[in-house]
Amino acid sequence: MTTATLPTLTRKDFQTDQEVRWCPGCGDYAILAAVQSVFPELGIPRENFVVVSGIGCSSRFPYYMNTFGFHTIHGRAPAVATGIKAIRPDLEVWVATGDGDALAIGGNHTIHMLRRNVGIKVLLFNNRIYGLTKGQYSPTSEFAKKTKSTPFGSPDRPFNPVSLAIGAEATFVARSVDVFQQHLKVTLKQAAAHKGSAFVEILQNCNIFNDHAWESLTEKEARSEHVIELEHGKPLIFGKNHDKGIRRKSDGDIEVVPLGNGIGEKDLVVHDAHHPRPSYAFLLSHMEHRPGFPTPIGLFRAWDDLPRYEDVMNAQIADVVAKRGKGDLGKLLRAGDTWEVK
Amino acid sequence: MATLTEVPLSKSKREVIDQAVIRFAGDSGDGMQITGNQFTSTVALYGNDLATFPDYPAEIRAPAGTLPGVSGYQIQFASGDVFTPGDAVDVLIAMNPAALKVNVADLKANGILIVNSNSFEANDLRKAQMTSNPLEDHSLDKFRVFAVELQRLTRAALQHLGLDAKSMDRCKNFFALGMCYWLYNRSTDATTRWIEEKFKSKPLLVQANKLALQAGYSYCEATEAFQVSYEIPPAQLSPGFYRNISGNQALALGFITAAQKAGLMLFQGSYPITPASDILHELSGYKNYGVMTFQAEDEIAAMASTIGAAYSGALAITTTSGPGMALKTEAMGLAIAVELPMVICDIQRGGPSTGLPTKTEQADLLQALFGRNSEAPIPVLAAATPGDCFWMAFEASRIALKYMVPVILLSDGYLANGAEPWRIPDISEIPDIPVHFERNPDGFQPYRRDPQTLSRPWAIPGTPGLEHRVGGLEKQDVTGNINYEPLNHEKMVRIRAAKVEAITQDVPDVVPAGDPDGDLLIVAWGSTYGAITAALKTQRAKGQRIGHVHLRYLNPLPKNLGEVLKRYKKVVVPELNMGQLLWVLRAKYLVDAMGVNKIQGQPFKQAELEQKFEEMASA
Repeated sequence: MTTATLPTLTRKDFQTDQEVRWCPGCGDYAILAAVQSVFPELGIPRENFVVVSGIGCSSRFPYYMNTFGFHTIHGRAPAVATGIKAIRPDLEVWVATGDGDALAIGGNHTIHMLRRNVGIKVLLFNNRIYGLTKGQYSPTSEFAKKTKSTPFGSPDRPFNPVSLAIGAEATFVARSVDVFQQHLKVTLKQAAAHKGSAFVEILQNCNIFNDHAWESLTEKEARSEHVIELEHGKPLIFGKNHDKGIRRKSDGDIEVVPLGNGIGEKDLVVHDAHHPRPSYAFLLSHMEHRPGFPTPIGLFRAWDDLPRYEDVMNAQIADVVAKRGKGDLGKLLRAGDTWEVK
Repeated sequence: MATLTEVPLSKSKREVIDQAVIRFAGDSGDGMQITGNQFTSTVALYGNDLATFPDYPAEIRAPAGTLPGVSGYQIQFASGDVFTPGDAVDVLIAMNPAALKVNVADLKANGILIVNSNSFEANDLRKAQMTSNPLEDHSLDKFRVFAVELQRLTRAALQHLGLDAKSMDRCKNFFALGMCYWLYNRSTDATTRWIEEKFKSKPLLVQANKLALQAGYSYCEATEAFQVSYEIPPAQLSPGFYRNISGNQALALGFITAAQKAGLMLFQGSYPITPASDILHELSGYKNYGVMTFQAEDEIAAMASTIGAAYSGALAITTTSGPGMALKTEAMGLAIAVELPMVICDIQRGGPSTGLPTKTEQADLLQALFGRNSEAPIPVLAAATPGDCFWMAFEASRIALKYMVPVILLSDGYLANGAEPWRIPDISEIPDIPVHFERNPDGFQPYRRDPQTLSRPWAIPGTPGLEHRVGGLEKQDVTGNINYEPLNHEKMVRIRAAKVEAITQDVPDVVPAGDPDGDLLIVAWGSTYGAITAALKTQRAKGQRIGHVHLRYLNPLPKNLGEVLKRYKKVVVPELNMGQLLWVLRAKYLVDAMGVNKIQGQPFKQAELEQKFEEMASA
């Protein structure tokens, strides 16, 4: 590298000449726009970005990003990305995946990548439906949901992707929404700043097969009642008039309380996104399933004290080289008991 | 060794012979594999040629003393060439009745049978499902039986050390090994060194094992139990330095060598599976050679991470066995589509499904050739002997890097665990593997091809100006953009096939061993090499005109193979499967070849091949 300063990149530098082939109105467009506007701001040379994906609507993502891109096979993007990162820890590797890709066929790779803390950023586009195969239910579809493959309702209980990631002890877990552009960009930047595995669930609409997927959260009127924005160091408050909060109960559980009548901010949970242990974040991730509780978005957890997998792998090699010296091939072949025939 | 012959250590007679076959058999917990390995190292160091056959159950510890728990290790060693571990055995060491029952049928008449007489109590006999004691019922009369109180004698030798009975009993295999060293006039030095290294943190065990070994040796000397001891002079191998090597060790060394000669990091993404795991164990210990091993969460991730590492510029390999190959199938298709260099090793075992995890078979050939969706050709290579695994690992890597293709390398359980003396190559005689990473962005196209190899450029991430997209969707020729046009698809399918076919220019013509033309041509591949070579030798000595082609390249096949097939009246294809290469040869060359097939989880015996070759010549 002879250049000391990086060329200034713009959003345009990250667009390809390929025609974007998502359905008109798809939430993926908004996510693509957000990523293309965040990448130039990260101060990373374009050639060091690798976008890896599996199969599904979201997995067409690499074709529209003018970086190195790898459209792999269904569910396996985290495993391919792990190979890339292991050999080249200096690369900035992002995985674009969906609820079917990451949680059904690729569930195993997702949890193992997270537990290893491979330095990969995962964007999970969650539209709660299979789009590319035209409308079957997914691992995040609601119980009893009627879809093409469940005309009498889905018998499956859904995964909560954030709970799953925290359960796998992911060191960075956040959630955003396709149509909350500003929030999404901030969240992507937070993910980019994280060294280890960063897992971002993006709630996304599929206007063809699962329209209004997240309407209760995105619709203007409902939003403030049903969404709580997590911000580190701030009390957990929501509601149109900022009149509700989350309070700890004596048994360690949480409850929703109305503010006023002697209950103030001092009584509420102050969000700590950097706690080393995942249990608090897990508790937050589950609140949306309970009556009267809002759905949290924002940063659940960012704890960056765990070394990255690829660094551990490479440090071990460096360590053995330091201890034993760089391997001598001739000596290796002649190792152990040998004899000479003259 | 002159002093030994001048001053005989005992009064027993010494006979010079040219070969012997020994089998150690006992419970899985009796240390038979260690005993066999030690005997092997000792005879290898002495300079004999040899071949070994470890044969152990899939269960780690089946119930002690039972028939399914029997573990065996056979070795043939000789002053001449050795091609197989031998059919029938000259000496059988049986640590209990079950080991005797499972193995005695292979002992030659008048062969030496050493049994641990302390383990022939009523209960031991019951566990081996024996109704009478073979040491008393004359059923072993045709053998030279040495009923030795291995357990009592070992305990007696170790009693002053203060070990518990169980620990003392664990040393009885070395008592038996000491006896074998005496029987074949071998020094205990190499095993003594091994014991000192192996148990260096436990001085008491060093002492105990050394004492047991020495006690066994001295027992023979003092009691003159054997009337005769044997001397097998060193073999006339070609000059050079030798070591003993197993197929899996050789594969590991071959890949390290290839990576070093290519100037690349070696990445292995694997999931543990018998009988391939030892390659992962080996390579994980060689990190200072620029080796990165990744134990993936499953076979699919092993393959996928290998693809990722190849994409990033490493020499990437994955190692597995049949069930793992099945799981890697879809990702192999991706590797073909994105045209990245890597090696997929299949150490075959008996199947289908979980099958016979520890037993050998050659039944994954058609899976390797065709086992993927759609038109998905892959070059397939196969090693012929344990030592050949080194060279085929190197060759598979070279072809993968030169042609930018995934390559399948076939080995099997027999090669993986079997050992032979291997002439250590001088690293200066091994050629470099040229590797070119694309750096030039001017006119860069990810699927523009080298006209000779049809390989595409290796444009690794991090290279300025080469940003591009690859993936499993069909690509446009040259640009690599997604493309669904009918004619482009046909063109790309044909290019991928032509690229594999182009490797023919790197495949040497076959030269038949034995007769260059005649009655019978044996065409085979993989681990059957030794048994066929030995059988061929016998049959030619009997006057049969017979040739042998052993294929190490199974896709593409050598270009002169079709012509060679026509030089013989009959073509015979021995395989440890139902006739898979046979199927390929008949389809490709329209030759009326005949199969010799064995599907027992066991290698061919020399004698059974000789008999088949005899029958087929006259049929």
